[in-house]
Amino acid sequence: MRIIRTVTLALSLCLALPALVGASQPSPPQPAQEEFVPLDQLPPEAELPAAPMVIAAYVFVWAAFVVYIFSIAKRLKRLEADLRTLEQGRRGEILR
Amino acid sequence: MRKYTHILLGAALLVFALAPVLIHRAPYESTMGLVQKIFYFHLPGALMMLFIALFAGVMSGIFLFTKKPWADHYALAAAEQVVLFGAMTLVTGPLWARKAWGVWWEWDARLTSSLLLWMIFIAYLLLRRFGGPGSDKLGAGMALFALANVPFIYVSVNYWRTLHPKTTVVPNLVPPMAGPMWWAFAGFVLMSLVLFALRVQQEEQRARVEALYLAANEG
Amino acid sequence: MTAFFRVAWLIFRKDLAVEARSWELVSTTVFFSVACLLVFSFALINEGQAVGDVAAGILWVAIAFSGTLALGRTFERERQTDTLRALMLAPADRPALYVGKLLGILFLMLLTEVILVPLVALFFQAPIVDWPLHLAALLLAGTLGYAAVGTLFAAMLVRARSRDVMLPILLYPITVPVIIAGVRGTAALFQETPDAALAQFWLALLVFFDVVFVTLALWTFEPVMTE
Repeated sequence: MRIIRTVTLALSLCLALPALVGASQPSPPQPAQEEFVPLDQLPPEAELPAAPMVIAAYVFVWAAFVVYIFSIAKRLKRLEADLRTLEQGRRGEILR
Repeated sequence: MRKYTHILLGAALLVFALAPVLIHRAPYESTMGLVQKIFYFHLPGALMMLFIALFAGVMSGIFLFTKKPWADHYALAAAEQVVLFGAMTLVTGPLWARKAWGVWWEWDARLTSSLLLWMIFIAYLLLRRFGGPGSDKLGAGMALFALANVPFIYVSVNYWRTLHPKTTVVPNLVPPMAGPMWWAFAGFVLMSLVLFALRVQQEEQRARVEALYLAANEG
Repeated sequence: MTAFFRVAWLIFRKDLAVEARSWELVSTTVFFSVACLLVFSFALINEGQAVGDVAAGILWVAIAFSGTLALGRTFERERQTDTLRALMLAPADRPALYVGKLLGILFLMLLTEVILVPLVALFFQAPIVDWPLHLAALLLAGTLGYAAVGTLFAAMLVRARSRDVMLPILLYPITVPVIIAGVRGTAALFQETPDAALAQFWLALLVFFDVVFVTLALWTFEPVMTE
């Protein structure tokens, strides 16, 4: 019984492999779309693999904003440090 | 200036917080399904990149021919945002393309020209960072050349028929799709304005600190 | 107007006279471009056969690389002897100076191409004699566009820090459209059945680029070069 199960599993894997490889090949170019057509129901097989892409895209947009804000903050700190040294330099001059 | 930035920042955050809800409610596209939702952040990013690149080019031109320092601060702040929004466009685009076209990257006219525009502005920032004294003027010349490239970018798309959805997609959007798109676009604009105001202010202060340095050294 | 072209012509003649003393730029640029050609050939020729329509690409890459070298060296020469400052002090139109320098660079690059193109024909069996006028026009228009941007940027960068690395960084992204049009147009002529109409389309694009870039460079040269 177990041998039969193993054999069927192996066979089905062998059959599925070309399909998987074929699926990862780039699909032939389609003509450019003129407009988007809205659709109420989503076919269930389309939903799962797309989700990581959408999430990754949104996370990247947010992360890019955050990184840019941090870089501005870093430069602001450097500017303030410059300003401090300048003030100290001025004070030194006055004392002399 | 500072009060306005706070109001703008609040509005931008509000718009950004609501955007995912609206995008979630928008209908699915018939052939691409869920992955088409990347569009709501991808297109605003691309539009921002194009408009800010135009703005940076114009500001550089003003700086080059009038020598007004504010124009240079505007140009530099804008150039940084071109790289920021360009990165968003060029990362979200391939994520969408992998699912919709089956490839991460396609040597399509619009993709190629966006990448080129992005690279030109990275080169501009490299020049500003490492070019030494006088790099502000050199950068302005460079950005002016980039400005000349922008129309080529827009026109080139309509010369070659390509995979990329055409620009006619935008005016033909159905209201449930157009709403979230313009909402996200408004968020991008508000965010861009906040960052722009911050960056310009910072650049002005930096110029003042530099002038003080020079004065202190001479005095 | 005649004064403008006289100044440009005099600067061109001056560059030629300096070059004729040593032949430094011509010899080094030509040798560098041939070396480029060979390196790319070794990289892209498999079992004695070139991959696809690679000849046009290799030709334009060699032109672009050797052009960068020529631009850098030309202005380095002016910088070392501080003669660019002397030129800027001369009571002449600044754009005329630009046109003079551009003519010099263009002459040097075209001279390199005169040697490079027959070599490409030799190495890759490229049919350069089938459409000689189309090929020459493509090369001239492409080189002009490249040199127009390159001359301006190299002149801007004379006083900048790290100018050696900055020139290609600034020049390549801006001139990529010129390179694309040049390569595609030349490749159309090098095909099994040459496509003259396609080459003409790319040629028209190149001419359009040239007009835009030369005009823009003439405008920006003056404000960019004033200290």
